[in-house]
Amino acid sequence: MDFRPFALSIQVALISTIITFFLGLLAANWTYRLKRGKGIVDTIFTLPMILPPTVAGFFLLQMFGRNSFIGGFLDNFGIRIVFTLTGAVIASVFVAFPLMYRTARGAFEQIDQNIIYAAETLGFSKFKIFWTIKVPMAKAGILAGAVLSFARALGEFGATIMLAGNIPGRTQTMSIAVFTAVSAGNNQVAYIWVAILTSMSFVMIMLMNFAASHKRKRRGGG
Amino acid sequence: MVNLSLYVDIKKKFDDFDLAIKLECEDDVTAILGGSGCGKSLTLRCIAGIVTPDSGRIVINGQVVFDSDTKINIPTRDRGVGYLFQNYALFPTMTVFGNIASVIKKPKAERVAVAEDIIAKFKLEGVKNLYPREISGGQSQRVALARMLVTNPKIIMLDEPFSALDTHLRWHMEQEMAATLGNFSGSTIFVSHDRDEAYRLSHKIAIMDRGRLDCFGHKQEIFDAPKTRIAAMMTGCKNISAAKKLGENLVRAVDWGIDIVTDEAVEDCIKFVGIRAHHLQMASFSGCNNFDINVHKIINEPFEDVMLFTFEGEAQLQMAMPKDVKGERKMLVHIPHDKIMLLK
Repeated sequence: MDFRPFALSIQVALISTIITFFLGLLAANWTYRLKRGKGIVDTIFTLPMILPPTVAGFFLLQMFGRNSFIGGFLDNFGIRIVFTLTGAVIASVFVAFPLMYRTARGAFEQIDQNIIYAAETLGFSKFKIFWTIKVPMAKAGILAGAVLSFARALGEFGATIMLAGNIPGRTQTMSIAVFTAVSAGNNQVAYIWVAILTSMSFVMIMLMNFAASHKRKRRGGG
Repeated sequence: MVNLSLYVDIKKKFDDFDLAIKLECEDDVTAILGGSGCGKSLTLRCIAGIVTPDSGRIVINGQVVFDSDTKINIPTRDRGVGYLFQNYALFPTMTVFGNIASVIKKPKAERVAVAEDIIAKFKLEGVKNLYPREISGGQSQRVALARMLVTNPKIIMLDEPFSALDTHLRWHMEQEMAATLGNFSGSTIFVSHDRDEAYRLSHKIAIMDRGRLDCFGHKQEIFDAPKTRIAAMMTGCKNISAAKKLGENLVRAVDWGIDIVTDEAVEDCIKFVGIRAHHLQMASFSGCNNFDINVHKIINEPFEDVMLFTFEGEAQLQMAMPKDVKGERKMLVHIPHDKIMLLK
Protein backbone atom coordinates (compact mmCIF):
# COMPACT_ATOMS: atom_id res chain seq x y z
CA MET A 1 0.00 0.00 0.00
CA ASP A 2 1.08 3.53 -0.80
CA PHE A 3 1.44 5.53 2.40
CA ARG A 4 2.53 8.77 0.78
CA PRO A 5 -0.97 10.35 1.15
CA PHE A 6 -0.47 10.28 4.93
CA ALA A 7 2.77 12.29 4.76
CA LEU A 8 1.30 14.66 2.18
CA SER A 9 -1.85 15.24 4.24
CA ILE A 10 0.11 16.01 7.39
CA GLN A 11 2.43 18.29 5.47
CA VAL A 12 -0.43 20.22 3.83
CA ALA A 13 -2.45 20.40 7.05
CA LEU A 14 0.49 21.64 9.15
CA ILE A 15 1.67 24.30 6.71
CA SER A 16 -1.83 25.53 5.96
CA THR A 17 -2.72 25.61 9.67
CA ILE A 18 0.28 27.82 10.41
CA ILE A 19 -0.67 30.20 7.60
CA THR A 20 -4.36 30.13 8.53
CA PHE A 21 -3.46 30.73 12.17
CA PHE A 22 -1.76 34.05 11.49
CA LEU A 23 -4.12 35.19 8.74
CA GLY A 24 -7.19 34.36 10.81
CA LEU A 25 -5.78 35.99 13.92
CA LEU A 26 -4.93 39.22 12.11
CA ALA A 27 -8.26 39.29 10.30
CA ALA A 28 -10.11 38.72 13.58
CA ASN A 29 -8.15 41.46 15.33
CA TRP A 30 -8.82 43.85 12.49
CA THR A 31 -12.58 43.24 12.23
CA TYR A 32 -13.75 42.71 15.78
CA ARG A 33 -13.64 46.43 16.63
CA LEU A 34 -14.39 47.66 13.11
CA LYS A 35 -16.89 50.50 13.18
CA ARG A 36 -17.86 50.71 9.52
CA GLY A 37 -18.29 47.89 7.03
CA LYS A 38 -18.05 45.14 9.64
CA GLY A 39 -21.00 43.28 8.16
CA ILE A 40 -19.66 43.15 4.62
CA VAL A 41 -16.08 42.31 5.64
CA ASP A 42 -17.34 39.56 7.91
CA THR A 43 -19.50 38.13 5.13
CA ILE A 44 -16.57 38.01 2.71
CA PHE A 45 -14.30 36.37 5.30
CA THR A 46 -16.92 33.77 6.17
CA LEU A 47 -17.95 32.98 2.61
CA PRO A 48 -15.37 30.20 1.96
CA MET A 49 -16.95 28.21 4.78
CA ILE A 50 -20.39 28.29 3.18
CA LEU A 51 -19.41 28.04 -0.51
CA PRO A 52 -19.62 24.60 -2.13
CA PRO A 53 -16.01 23.29 -2.26
CA THR A 54 -16.21 23.03 -6.04
CA VAL A 55 -17.14 26.70 -6.28
CA ALA A 56 -14.21 27.58 -4.02
CA GLY A 57 -11.97 25.40 -6.19
CA PHE A 58 -13.23 27.11 -9.32
CA PHE A 59 -12.48 30.56 -7.86
CA LEU A 60 -8.99 29.45 -6.90
CA LEU A 61 -8.37 27.99 -10.36
CA GLN A 62 -9.43 31.27 -11.93
CA MET A 63 -7.17 33.17 -9.54
CA PHE A 64 -4.06 31.00 -9.78
CA GLY A 65 -4.34 29.49 -13.26
CA ARG A 66 -1.41 30.26 -15.53
CA ASN A 67 -3.57 32.55 -17.65
CA SER A 68 -4.73 34.59 -14.67
CA PHE A 69 -3.02 37.71 -13.39
CA ILE A 70 -1.62 36.20 -10.19
CA GLY A 71 -0.86 32.83 -11.74
CA GLY A 72 0.88 34.45 -14.69
CA PHE A 73 2.92 36.67 -12.41
CA LEU A 74 4.06 33.77 -10.24
CA ASP A 75 4.84 31.73 -13.35
CA ASN A 76 7.52 34.31 -14.25
CA PHE A 77 9.38 33.14 -11.14
CA GLY A 78 8.81 29.49 -11.92
CA ILE A 79 6.19 29.13 -9.21
CA ARG A 80 3.28 26.89 -10.17
CA ILE A 81 0.17 26.62 -8.06
CA VAL A 82 -2.13 24.41 -10.10
CA PHE A 83 -1.45 20.67 -9.72
CA THR A 84 1.16 21.23 -7.01
CA LEU A 85 1.34 20.76 -3.25
CA THR A 86 1.41 24.56 -2.92
CA GLY A 87 -2.01 24.52 -4.57
CA ALA A 88 -3.20 21.99 -1.99
CA VAL A 89 -1.97 24.27 0.80
CA ILE A 90 -3.69 27.30 -0.74
CA ALA A 91 -6.96 25.39 -1.10
CA SER A 92 -6.76 24.28 2.54
CA VAL A 93 -5.96 27.79 3.79
CA PHE A 94 -8.86 29.14 1.77
CA VAL A 95 -11.47 26.82 3.24
CA ALA A 96 -10.04 26.67 6.77
CA PHE A 97 -9.55 30.43 7.15
CA PRO A 98 -13.17 31.22 8.20
CA LEU A 99 -12.98 28.69 11.05
CA MET A 100 -9.86 30.29 12.48
CA TYR A 101 -11.11 33.80 11.84
CA ARG A 102 -14.55 33.29 13.40
CA THR A 103 -13.33 31.39 16.46
CA ALA A 104 -10.60 33.94 17.16
CA ARG A 105 -12.96 36.84 16.64
CA GLY A 106 -15.43 35.31 19.06
CA ALA A 107 -12.64 34.99 21.62
CA PHE A 108 -11.51 38.61 21.09
CA GLU A 109 -15.07 39.84 21.49
CA GLN A 110 -15.17 38.29 24.97
CA ILE A 111 -12.30 40.49 26.17
CA ASP A 112 -13.32 43.31 28.50
CA GLN A 113 -12.55 46.35 26.38
CA ASN A 114 -11.54 48.32 29.49
CA ILE A 115 -8.49 46.08 29.81
CA ILE A 116 -7.41 47.12 26.33
CA TYR A 117 -8.05 50.78 27.14
CA ALA A 118 -6.11 50.42 30.38
CA ALA A 119 -3.16 49.00 28.44
CA GLU A 120 -3.31 52.00 26.11
CA THR A 121 -3.27 54.48 28.98
CA LEU A 122 -0.29 52.59 30.38
CA GLY A 123 1.63 53.25 27.18
CA PHE A 124 1.36 49.85 25.46
CA SER A 125 1.76 49.86 21.67
CA LYS A 126 -0.86 48.13 19.53
CA PHE A 127 1.64 45.38 18.80
CA LYS A 128 2.34 44.81 22.49
CA ILE A 129 -1.36 44.85 23.34
CA PHE A 130 -2.02 42.24 20.68
CA TRP A 131 0.71 39.79 21.69
CA THR A 132 0.86 40.26 25.47
CA ILE A 133 -2.80 40.89 26.29
CA LYS A 134 -5.30 39.97 23.59
CA VAL A 135 -3.73 36.72 22.41
CA PRO A 136 -3.08 35.31 25.91
CA MET A 137 -6.61 36.28 26.98
CA ALA A 138 -8.15 34.66 23.91
CA LYS A 139 -5.83 31.67 24.11
CA ALA A 140 -8.48 28.99 24.51
CA GLY A 141 -10.51 30.28 21.56
CA ILE A 142 -7.44 30.71 19.40
CA LEU A 143 -6.27 27.16 20.12
CA ALA A 144 -9.72 25.83 19.35
CA GLY A 145 -9.63 27.73 16.06
CA ALA A 146 -6.24 26.26 15.21
CA VAL A 147 -7.40 22.71 15.95
CA LEU A 148 -10.53 23.24 13.86
CA SER A 149 -8.44 24.64 11.01
CA PHE A 150 -6.10 21.67 11.17
CA ALA A 151 -9.02 19.26 11.10
CA ARG A 152 -10.62 21.12 8.24
CA ALA A 153 -7.34 21.16 6.27
CA LEU A 154 -6.88 17.46 6.88
CA GLY A 155 -10.33 16.69 5.55
CA GLU A 156 -10.21 19.12 2.65
CA PHE A 157 -11.28 17.48 -0.62
CA GLY A 158 -13.30 19.49 -3.13
CA ALA A 159 -11.24 22.63 -3.59
CA THR A 160 -8.01 20.66 -3.35
CA ILE A 161 -8.87 18.20 -6.08
CA MET A 162 -9.87 21.07 -8.36
CA LEU A 163 -6.77 23.17 -7.74
CA ALA A 164 -4.10 20.56 -6.96
CA GLY A 165 -5.53 17.56 -8.71
CA ASN A 166 -5.09 13.95 -7.73
CA ILE A 167 -1.47 13.09 -8.53
CA PRO A 168 -0.27 10.09 -6.51
CA GLY A 169 2.80 10.94 -4.50
CA ARG A 170 2.50 14.66 -5.26
CA THR A 171 -0.93 16.00 -4.45
CA GLN A 172 -2.93 12.95 -3.45
CA THR A 173 -3.83 13.53 0.19
CA MET A 174 -5.65 11.04 2.45
CA SER A 175 -9.16 12.30 1.78
CA ILE A 176 -8.47 12.19 -1.95
CA ALA A 177 -6.99 8.75 -1.55
CA VAL A 178 -10.30 7.54 -0.05
CA PHE A 179 -12.13 8.82 -3.10
CA THR A 180 -9.60 7.25 -5.47
CA ALA A 181 -9.69 3.89 -3.67
CA VAL A 182 -13.49 3.75 -3.70
CA SER A 183 -13.61 4.75 -7.38
CA ALA A 184 -11.21 1.91 -8.15
CA GLY A 185 -13.30 -0.54 -6.10
CA ASN A 186 -10.46 -0.97 -3.61
CA ASN A 187 -12.52 -0.92 -0.43
CA GLN A 188 -9.77 -2.33 1.74
CA VAL A 189 -7.50 0.68 1.14
CA ALA A 190 -10.45 3.02 1.58
CA TYR A 191 -11.15 1.42 4.99
CA ILE A 192 -7.62 2.07 6.16
CA TRP A 193 -7.71 5.76 5.22
CA VAL A 194 -11.17 6.16 6.68
CA ALA A 195 -10.00 4.60 9.93
CA ILE A 196 -6.96 6.87 10.12
CA LEU A 197 -8.94 10.03 9.33
CA THR A 198 -11.76 9.15 11.73
CA SER A 199 -9.43 8.46 14.62
CA MET A 200 -7.48 11.66 14.01
CA SER A 201 -10.70 13.69 13.99
CA PHE A 202 -11.79 11.93 17.16
CA VAL A 203 -8.57 12.81 18.96
CA MET A 204 -8.77 16.44 17.84
CA ILE A 205 -12.29 16.89 19.18
CA MET A 206 -11.17 15.29 22.45
CA LEU A 207 -8.30 17.76 22.63
CA MET A 208 -10.61 20.68 22.05
CA ASN A 209 -13.05 19.56 24.70
CA PHE A 210 -10.19 19.06 27.12
CA ALA A 211 -8.92 22.59 26.46
CA ALA A 212 -12.41 24.01 26.94
CA SER A 213 -13.02 22.24 30.26
CA HIS A 214 -9.57 23.24 31.47
CA LYS A 215 -10.42 26.86 30.78
CA ARG A 216 -13.73 26.57 32.62
CA LYS A 217 -12.04 25.12 35.68
CA ARG A 218 -9.52 27.94 35.77
CA ARG A 219 -12.26 30.53 35.49
CA GLY A 220 -14.29 28.83 38.19
CA GLY A 221 -11.38 29.15 40.57
CA GLY A 222 -11.73 32.93 40.69
CA MET B 1 -1.30 82.49 36.46
CA VAL B 2 -2.08 79.47 38.59
CA ASN B 3 -0.60 76.12 37.68
CA LEU B 4 -3.21 74.88 35.26
CA SER B 5 -2.61 71.21 34.64
CA LEU B 6 -5.73 70.36 32.73
CA TYR B 7 -7.89 72.31 30.36
CA VAL B 8 -10.90 70.65 28.75
CA ASP B 9 -13.41 72.24 26.41
CA ILE B 10 -15.11 69.58 24.32
CA LYS B 11 -18.34 68.72 22.56
CA LYS B 12 -19.62 65.39 21.35
CA LYS B 13 -23.00 64.24 20.10
CA PHE B 14 -24.44 60.97 21.31
CA ASP B 15 -27.71 59.23 20.57
CA ASP B 16 -29.37 60.11 23.86
CA PHE B 17 -27.58 63.31 24.86
CA ASP B 18 -24.91 65.81 23.86
CA LEU B 19 -21.73 66.10 25.85
CA ALA B 20 -20.58 69.71 26.16
CA ILE B 21 -18.12 70.32 28.94
CA LYS B 22 -15.63 72.99 29.93
CA LEU B 23 -13.35 72.31 32.86
CA GLU B 24 -10.10 73.74 34.18
CA CYS B 25 -8.17 71.94 36.88
CA GLU B 26 -5.16 72.87 38.95
CA ASP B 27 -2.83 70.54 40.80
CA ASP B 28 -5.45 69.32 43.23
CA VAL B 29 -8.27 66.82 43.43
CA THR B 30 -11.44 67.53 41.48
CA ALA B 31 -14.47 65.31 41.88
CA ILE B 32 -16.99 65.04 39.07
CA LEU B 33 -20.26 64.23 40.73
CA GLY B 34 -23.29 63.14 38.77
CA GLY B 35 -25.98 60.53 38.36
CA SER B 36 -25.51 57.50 36.18
CA GLY B 37 -25.41 58.27 32.48
CA CYS B 38 -24.66 61.98 32.95
CA GLY B 39 -21.48 61.70 30.90
CA LYS B 40 -18.93 61.86 33.71
CA SER B 41 -17.07 58.70 32.70
CA LEU B 42 -17.27 59.79 29.07
CA THR B 43 -15.51 63.01 29.98
CA LEU B 44 -12.63 61.01 31.45
CA ARG B 45 -12.55 58.82 28.34
CA CYS B 46 -12.30 61.88 26.13
CA ILE B 47 -9.40 63.23 28.20
CA ALA B 48 -7.65 59.86 27.97
CA GLY B 49 -8.21 59.71 24.23
CA ILE B 50 -10.30 56.54 24.36
CA VAL B 51 -13.24 58.50 22.97
CA THR B 52 -12.65 61.26 20.41
CA PRO B 53 -14.77 64.40 20.85
CA ASP B 54 -16.45 65.97 17.82
CA SER B 55 -14.83 69.32 18.52
CA GLY B 56 -12.90 71.24 21.12
CA ARG B 57 -9.53 71.28 22.82
CA ILE B 58 -7.80 69.33 25.59
CA VAL B 59 -4.54 70.50 27.16
CA ILE B 60 -2.64 68.43 29.72
CA ASN B 61 0.24 70.13 31.56
CA GLY B 62 0.63 72.66 28.78
CA GLN B 63 0.66 70.04 26.03
CA VAL B 64 -2.20 70.10 23.55
CA VAL B 65 -3.37 66.51 23.23
CA PHE B 66 -6.53 67.24 21.27
CA ASP B 67 -7.50 70.19 19.14
CA SER B 68 -10.17 69.87 16.48
CA ASP B 69 -9.10 73.14 14.79
CA THR B 70 -5.48 72.17 14.24
CA LYS B 71 -6.33 68.46 13.87
CA ILE B 72 -4.21 67.36 16.82
CA ASN B 73 -5.23 64.04 18.36
CA ILE B 74 -2.44 62.39 20.30
CA PRO B 75 -3.06 58.65 20.81
CA THR B 76 -3.94 57.43 24.29
CA ARG B 77 -0.62 55.69 24.87
CA ASP B 78 1.32 58.97 24.43
CA ARG B 79 -0.94 61.17 26.56
CA GLY B 80 0.62 60.22 29.87
CA VAL B 81 -2.65 59.94 31.72
CA GLY B 82 -3.20 57.56 34.60
CA TYR B 83 -6.64 56.00 34.40
CA LEU B 84 -8.04 53.80 37.13
CA PHE B 85 -10.97 51.85 35.73
CA GLN B 86 -14.05 51.01 37.74
CA ASN B 87 -13.27 47.29 37.63
CA TYR B 88 -9.51 48.02 37.82
CA ALA B 89 -8.90 46.32 34.41
CA LEU B 90 -5.96 44.22 35.59
CA PHE B 91 -4.44 41.94 32.96
CA PRO B 92 -5.95 38.56 33.90
CA THR B 93 -3.24 36.46 32.27
CA MET B 94 -0.43 38.12 34.24
CA THR B 95 0.44 37.88 37.91
CA VAL B 96 0.41 40.93 40.15
CA PHE B 97 4.14 41.24 39.52
CA GLY B 98 3.61 40.86 35.76
CA ASN B 99 0.86 43.46 35.74
CA ILE B 100 3.21 45.99 37.28
CA ALA B 101 6.46 44.98 35.59
CA SER B 102 4.93 44.92 32.10
CA VAL B 103 4.25 48.66 32.14
CA ILE B 104 7.81 49.65 33.10
CA LYS B 105 9.82 50.59 30.03
CA LYS B 106 13.32 49.80 31.24
CA PRO B 107 15.96 47.09 30.81
CA LYS B 108 15.05 43.88 32.58
CA ALA B 109 17.18 44.16 35.74
CA GLU B 110 16.07 47.70 36.38
CA ARG B 111 12.47 46.83 35.60
CA VAL B 112 12.44 44.11 38.22
CA ALA B 113 13.97 46.44 40.79
CA VAL B 114 11.42 49.21 40.14
CA ALA B 115 8.56 46.71 40.23
CA GLU B 116 9.76 45.16 43.52
CA ASP B 117 10.07 48.62 44.98
CA ILE B 118 6.52 49.71 44.18
CA ILE B 119 5.15 46.30 45.20
CA ALA B 120 6.70 46.83 48.63
CA LYS B 121 5.38 50.38 48.81
CA PHE B 122 1.84 49.16 48.17
CA LYS B 123 2.19 46.19 50.54
CA LEU B 124 1.64 43.64 47.80
CA GLU B 125 4.60 41.34 48.51
CA GLY B 126 2.31 38.58 49.74
CA VAL B 127 0.26 38.42 46.57
CA LYS B 128 2.87 39.30 43.99
CA ASN B 129 2.83 35.85 42.35
CA LEU B 130 -0.94 35.51 42.37
CA TYR B 131 -3.27 36.20 39.46
CA PRO B 132 -5.89 38.97 39.60
CA ARG B 133 -8.71 36.45 40.03
CA GLU B 134 -7.02 35.15 43.18
CA ILE B 135 -6.78 38.44 45.08
CA SER B 136 -9.35 40.57 46.92
CA GLY B 137 -11.03 43.74 45.68
CA GLY B 138 -8.90 45.93 47.92
CA GLN B 139 -5.70 44.29 46.71
CA SER B 140 -6.87 44.64 43.11
CA GLN B 141 -7.31 48.34 43.63
CA ARG B 142 -3.82 48.62 45.08
CA VAL B 143 -2.34 46.75 42.13
CA ALA B 144 -4.18 48.99 39.68
CA LEU B 145 -2.99 52.10 41.54
CA ALA B 146 0.59 50.87 41.71
CA ARG B 147 0.54 49.94 38.03
CA MET B 148 -0.80 53.35 37.13
CA LEU B 149 1.61 55.37 39.29
CA VAL B 150 4.70 53.48 38.17
CA THR B 151 4.23 55.00 34.68
CA ASN B 152 4.59 58.53 36.19
CA PRO B 153 1.36 59.93 34.75
CA LYS B 154 0.91 63.69 34.35
CA ILE B 155 -2.64 63.54 35.62
CA ILE B 156 -4.65 60.85 37.37
CA MET B 157 -8.23 59.95 36.59
CA LEU B 158 -10.26 57.65 38.81
CA ASP B 159 -13.54 56.24 37.55
CA GLU B 160 -15.80 55.30 40.47
CA PRO B 161 -12.82 53.77 42.27
CA PHE B 162 -14.71 52.32 45.21
CA SER B 163 -17.88 51.04 43.59
CA ALA B 164 -16.45 47.53 43.15
CA LEU B 165 -15.59 47.22 46.85
CA ASP B 166 -17.61 45.93 49.79
CA THR B 167 -18.96 48.66 52.05
CA HIS B 168 -16.74 47.82 55.03
CA LEU B 169 -13.64 47.99 52.82
CA ARG B 170 -14.52 51.28 51.18
CA TRP B 171 -13.71 53.55 54.06
CA HIS B 172 -10.33 51.93 54.53
CA MET B 173 -9.42 52.00 50.84
CA GLU B 174 -10.59 55.58 50.64
CA GLN B 175 -8.12 56.60 53.35
CA GLU B 176 -5.35 54.74 51.54
CA MET B 177 -6.30 56.45 48.32
CA ALA B 178 -6.28 59.87 50.00
CA ALA B 179 -2.75 59.22 51.27
CA THR B 180 -1.60 58.08 47.82
CA LEU B 181 -3.16 61.07 46.08
CA GLY B 182 -1.59 63.36 48.66
CA ASN B 183 1.83 62.30 47.39
CA PHE B 184 0.91 62.93 43.76
CA SER B 185 1.99 66.30 42.43
CA GLY B 186 -0.28 66.62 39.39
CA SER B 187 -4.00 67.04 39.18
CA THR B 188 -6.45 64.28 39.95
CA ILE B 189 -9.94 63.93 38.57
CA PHE B 190 -12.21 61.57 40.25
CA VAL B 191 -15.65 60.49 39.11
CA SER B 192 -18.27 59.53 41.63
CA HIS B 193 -21.97 59.41 42.29
CA ASP B 194 -21.44 59.35 46.05
CA ARG B 195 -21.49 62.82 47.60
CA ASP B 196 -19.79 61.80 50.86
CA GLU B 197 -16.94 60.12 49.07
CA ALA B 198 -16.56 63.10 46.73
CA TYR B 199 -16.56 65.50 49.67
CA ARG B 200 -13.96 63.56 51.65
CA LEU B 201 -11.51 63.04 48.79
CA SER B 202 -11.66 66.21 46.73
CA HIS B 203 -10.88 69.91 46.96
CA LYS B 204 -13.19 70.98 44.19
CA ILE B 205 -16.41 69.52 42.95
CA ALA B 206 -17.89 69.67 39.46
CA ILE B 207 -21.49 68.60 39.17
CA MET B 208 -22.60 67.15 35.86
CA ASP B 209 -26.07 66.63 34.50
CA ARG B 210 -27.06 65.24 31.11
CA GLY B 211 -23.72 65.90 29.47
CA ARG B 212 -23.32 69.41 30.85
CA LEU B 213 -21.37 70.96 33.68
CA ASP B 214 -24.01 72.21 36.08
CA CYS B 215 -21.64 73.94 38.48
CA PHE B 216 -18.02 73.85 39.54
CA GLY B 217 -16.40 75.23 42.64
CA HIS B 218 -14.77 74.64 45.98
CA LYS B 219 -16.43 71.69 47.70
CA GLN B 220 -17.50 73.65 50.79
CA GLU B 221 -19.23 76.29 48.68
CA ILE B 222 -21.05 73.66 46.69
CA PHE B 223 -22.23 71.81 49.78
CA ASP B 224 -23.05 74.89 51.87
CA ALA B 225 -24.85 76.88 49.24
CA PRO B 226 -25.68 74.99 46.09
CA LYS B 227 -26.87 77.37 43.42
CA THR B 228 -28.83 74.98 41.22
CA ARG B 229 -31.47 72.32 41.62
CA ILE B 230 -29.10 69.60 40.35
CA ALA B 231 -26.34 70.70 42.72
CA ALA B 232 -28.81 70.64 45.63
CA MET B 233 -29.97 67.16 44.66
CA MET B 234 -26.46 65.79 44.14
CA THR B 235 -25.30 67.14 47.49
CA GLY B 236 -28.14 65.23 49.10
CA CYS B 237 -30.96 67.74 49.48
CA LYS B 238 -34.16 65.69 49.71
CA ASN B 239 -36.72 68.49 49.64
CA ILE B 240 -36.96 70.65 46.54
CA SER B 241 -39.97 72.58 45.31
CA ALA B 242 -40.69 74.83 42.35
CA ALA B 243 -40.64 78.45 43.54
CA LYS B 244 -41.98 81.91 42.73
CA LYS B 245 -40.65 85.19 44.01
CA LEU B 246 -43.23 87.07 46.09
CA GLY B 247 -41.08 89.80 47.63
CA GLU B 248 -37.51 90.79 48.44
CA ASN B 249 -37.37 88.16 51.18
CA LEU B 250 -40.47 86.14 50.51
CA VAL B 251 -40.78 83.16 48.25
CA ARG B 252 -43.65 80.83 47.41
CA ALA B 253 -42.84 77.10 47.42
CA VAL B 254 -45.38 76.02 44.82
CA ASP B 255 -45.25 72.24 45.38
CA TRP B 256 -45.40 72.60 49.14
CA GLY B 257 -48.13 75.22 49.15
CA ILE B 258 -46.42 77.58 51.60
CA ASP B 259 -44.78 81.04 51.56
CA ILE B 260 -41.34 81.13 53.15
CA VAL B 261 -39.46 84.10 54.59
CA THR B 262 -35.75 84.05 53.76
CA ASP B 263 -32.66 85.82 55.06
CA GLU B 264 -31.09 85.89 51.63
CA ALA B 265 -32.58 88.30 49.09
CA VAL B 266 -34.70 86.47 46.53
CA GLU B 267 -33.52 86.95 42.94
CA ASP B 268 -35.95 87.39 40.08
CA CYS B 269 -34.67 84.34 38.25
CA ILE B 270 -35.37 81.92 41.12
CA LYS B 271 -36.90 78.65 39.97
CA PHE B 272 -36.67 76.33 42.96
CA VAL B 273 -36.24 76.30 46.73
CA GLY B 274 -34.70 73.50 48.76
CA ILE B 275 -34.31 72.58 52.40
CA ARG B 276 -32.20 69.71 53.73
CA ALA B 277 -33.98 67.01 55.72
CA HIS B 278 -31.83 67.63 58.80
CA HIS B 279 -32.31 71.41 58.74
CA LEU B 280 -36.04 71.17 59.34
CA GLN B 281 -37.07 71.63 62.96
CA MET B 282 -40.11 70.73 65.00
CA ALA B 283 -42.00 73.62 66.56
CA SER B 284 -44.58 73.70 69.30
CA PHE B 285 -46.18 77.10 68.64
CA SER B 286 -47.09 79.10 65.55
CA GLY B 287 -44.68 81.75 64.37
CA CYS B 288 -42.69 82.97 61.40
CA ASN B 289 -41.88 80.05 59.00
CA ASN B 290 -43.72 77.61 61.26
CA PHE B 291 -46.24 75.57 59.29
CA ASP B 292 -48.89 72.96 60.01
CA ILE B 293 -48.05 69.62 58.58
CA ASN B 294 -49.79 66.32 57.85
CA VAL B 295 -47.64 63.37 58.84
CA HIS B 296 -47.84 60.50 56.36
CA LYS B 297 -45.30 58.02 57.55
CA ILE B 298 -42.30 57.56 59.81
CA ILE B 299 -39.51 55.47 58.33
CA ASN B 300 -37.07 53.90 60.77
CA GLU B 301 -33.45 54.17 59.70
CA PRO B 302 -30.63 52.61 61.74
CA PHE B 303 -29.73 55.71 63.77
CA GLU B 304 -32.50 58.19 63.11
CA ASP B 305 -36.05 58.31 61.87
CA VAL B 306 -37.28 59.98 58.72
CA MET B 307 -40.69 61.59 58.75
CA LEU B 308 -42.62 61.93 55.50
CA PHE B 309 -45.11 64.79 55.59
CA THR B 310 -46.84 67.43 53.51
CA PHE B 311 -47.62 71.09 54.08
CA GLU B 312 -50.61 72.50 52.21
CA GLY B 313 -49.38 71.20 48.84
CA GLU B 314 -49.17 67.74 47.31
CA ALA B 315 -45.41 67.17 47.41
CA GLN B 316 -44.03 65.10 50.27
CA LEU B 317 -41.07 66.30 52.30
CA GLN B 318 -38.58 64.41 54.41
CA MET B 319 -37.41 65.44 57.83
CA ALA B 320 -34.70 63.73 59.85
CA MET B 321 -35.61 63.19 63.51
CA PRO B 322 -33.72 61.69 66.45
CA LYS B 323 -34.94 58.22 67.44
CA ASP B 324 -36.42 59.33 70.77
CA VAL B 325 -38.78 61.94 69.32
CA LYS B 326 -42.30 60.75 68.70
CA GLY B 327 -44.05 62.29 65.75
CA GLU B 328 -47.71 63.17 66.11
CA ARG B 329 -50.40 63.22 63.49
CA LYS B 330 -50.76 67.01 63.59
CA MET B 331 -47.77 69.15 64.39
CA LEU B 332 -45.74 72.20 63.33
CA VAL B 333 -42.49 72.31 61.40
CA HIS B 334 -40.12 75.26 61.33
CA ILE B 335 -38.05 76.17 58.27
CA PRO B 336 -35.02 78.19 59.43
CA HIS B 337 -34.63 81.47 57.49
CA ASP B 338 -30.94 81.00 56.92
CA LYS B 339 -31.13 77.38 55.80
CA ILE B 340 -33.51 77.73 52.89
CA MET B 341 -31.68 77.32 49.59
CA LEU B 342 -32.67 79.50 46.64
CA LEU B 343 -31.97 77.61 43.43
CA LYS B 344 -31.88 78.16 39.70
